[in-house]
Amino acid sequence: MTKPAKKHALATRLWHWTNLICIVVLFMSGLNISNGHRRLYWGDWGFAPEHAWLEVPRFPGWMTIPDYYSLSQARDWHILTAWPFALALLLMWIAMLVNRHFQRDITTTRREWKPAAVWADIKAHLRFDFEHAGGKYNFLQKVAYGLVFGVFLPMMVFTGMAISPGVEPWLGWLTEVLGGRQSARSLHFIFAWAVFGFFVIHVALVIVHKPLHHLRGMITGGRLEESDKPAADIKGETT
Amino acid sequence: MKRRNFLIAIGAGFVAGCQKIGDTAPGKTLLEAAPNWHKAVHDALGGRTALAPEFGPEDVSPYFRGNGSTNPTNGDYQAQAEAEFANWEIAVGGMVDNPMRLTMANLRALPQRTQITRHDCVEGWSAIGEWTGPQLSTILDEAKVQDGARFIVFRCADNLNGDDYYESVDMLDAYHPQTIVAHKLNGEDLPIKNGAPARMRIERQLGYKHAKYVTGIEAVASLDGIGEGKGGYWEDRAGYQWYAGV
Repeated sequence: MTKPAKKHALATRLWHWTNLICIVVLFMSGLNISNGHRRLYWGDWGFAPEHAWLEVPRFPGWMTIPDYYSLSQARDWHILTAWPFALALLLMWIAMLVNRHFQRDITTTRREWKPAAVWADIKAHLRFDFEHAGGKYNFLQKVAYGLVFGVFLPMMVFTGMAISPGVEPWLGWLTEVLGGRQSARSLHFIFAWAVFGFFVIHVALVIVHKPLHHLRGMITGGRLEESDKPAADIKGETT
Repeated sequence: MKRRNFLIAIGAGFVAGCQKIGDTAPGKTLLEAAPNWHKAVHDALGGRTALAPEFGPEDVSPYFRGNGSTNPTNGDYQAQAEAEFANWEIAVGGMVDNPMRLTMANLRALPQRTQITRHDCVEGWSAIGEWTGPQLSTILDEAKVQDGARFIVFRCADNLNGDDYYESVDMLDAYHPQTIVAHKLNGEDLPIKNGAPARMRIERQLGYKHAKYVTGIEAVASLDGIGEGKGGYWEDRAGYQWYAGV
């Protein structure tokens, strides 16, 4: 007897919930840190209103950790949570390359990028039609997960390291590649909101499409359906 | 409106939970230990010699923002400023075999280092300036620091909101080649708002480590019993991290 295959590997599920806690703590403590200096600059330096490209609003207490302005305590939470966040992301990348989750479920094919195919997928989403065969995720899902794993989350780590004065002496090229410390700080802020944007869409889509099913799946692992298998695998079985 | 209230409730609940965890003994220990994990990695990869980036003259920002104390009014600082710091002395002491009192003339007579570096405030802003002064290592070598010393404490003339400012670094940063006692900014005598007549440059850490208005350099074995024992004014007063390289 083989156990029925799970839709989500244990590594995926462990990472998913660890990451959720981390990004919530990092985001909310980050908003408190943002309140410490509410201007963003490009380049190496910037400190006065005339250098800024953006004046950021003051984030209210209910959005921040702790729920009152404390730069030192917010930094405590941010500095601690950066560790599980970055290490879990690294481990998840290794796990999904080893168990081929990334190659099998998230990478896209050239065919999926054809404008007609992309348009069809967008129209299906607008109809709230999320049924699809030939893989776990449809094209837009793959692109979203690919962006989050490949760009948004790693950029949070890299821009965070680039603005740390203790990192720059041995990783100076990183700060340089990102356009200088104040650019890296601006990018840190921008990508934080990109992650937040993904979070909102992700949760909204789960809510409109079988929320309990998805929630249970991400906890217990769920069951791998026939339609979850990549098209190539199905073909391989039938021929 | 309801959904918003729901979100606020979740947020508030989460924050309250975090604050509870932060108040427990293990939570506190973790929060206090985390900066040291970063420091261990930074020290292992950067070590004693890795330099903070240095910039060209064209990168210097149009002016240099002053923060914290910008014009001390306590003690005899104003009289010292009036006398153009002719009577200023920096006491070098603590665990040293050769305690000294350095005047500004003594300081200027030592071999000088000039560096154009970026100053990063814990609040988030940065400014670039050209700093000149002797390396702290030159002064410490002259004073002959004893074996058991583990930290260098900087005493300052400014009293901010009732407490004397002070800071401290470990020996790694104390002997770092870019750690200088700066008395010039952009080729001119240090302005009062930036710490005249002499301030520390601790280039691999955030701005609050760069003690201004320096009156004393002290080698110690432990930070206990100095201020509230956390190694600096902001560390004692508001719980800022002693290691400010993150």
